[in-house]
Amino acid sequence: MSPTATQLDATFAALADPTRRAILARLTKGDASVKELAAPFAMSQPAISKHLKVLERAGLIVRGKDAQRRPCRIAAKPLAEADAWLQTYREFWEGSFERLDDLLVEMQQEKGRKR
Amino acid sequence: MKNIGTLKVEPRGDREIVVTRVFDAPRDLVWKAMTQPELVKRWFGPHGHQLIECEIDFRPGGRWRYLILMPNGQTMGMRGEYLEIEPLERIVHTESFDEYADFGTGVNTSLFTEEDGRTTFTGVQVAPSREVRDAILESGMEHGAAETYDRLAELLAVL
Repeated sequence: MSPTATQLDATFAALADPTRRAILARLTKGDASVKELAAPFAMSQPAISKHLKVLERAGLIVRGKDAQRRPCRIAAKPLAEADAWLQTYREFWEGSFERLDDLLVEMQQEKGRKR
Repeated sequence: MKNIGTLKVEPRGDREIVVTRVFDAPRDLVWKAMTQPELVKRWFGPHGHQLIECEIDFRPGGRWRYLILMPNGQTMGMRGEYLEIEPLERIVHTESFDEYADFGTGVNTSLFTEEDGRTTFTGVQVAPSREVRDAILESGMEHGAAETYDRLAELLAVL
């Protein structure tokens, strides 16, 4: 098992939750404390802390050392790897489906001629 | 008008991928194009790829096999079995890659819906194993990883 595959699984599992995605989206704008992250959600700080632990274990965020604030920072690499993986997949299907678009136009023209 | 549909690719859970695409054609044509070998050969695989063999025994319990010639001159074989077929609605089939057959078989569900003469295709793919996903990943790494927060924000917006 390569570390990359395990990392990808952890990344996608962590991203499967909308709250965690929202937290990451917020962190792309800059570091934030648990309190700051909890503010926009109707959620307690302990509930947010649970999500942060999942994100931290998946390597998607790192926590600062400041004992009081422990600000969260987004970690770029695992997300970039997940993005690269999705990109390959997307290119395969986008390329195929563009050819399918052309075929469908032809099929509709043929169907029209038969009428 | 062509290419009205934007492809959506979304991971779900740690092993599922959901692909959604709208085609500007009625459902019976999309269904045909995706299930008849002589038609599948004309579109499956992006530019530079060619589906050189396509066998489809289209019935529950029937098997399918694709052989793709890739731009690097190598071939990639795929095969599987149809588990469920509901005409014009839904196909469930298994899928495995010859090179990674030891890693197991994935299950794909394809859904077709039509509205105003347009067809929405939804494909739910459950990757057979981490190894297969890893193999796909490695071929993708050459595209270069996106390192900027802007790209990350874009990614998060589509997930």
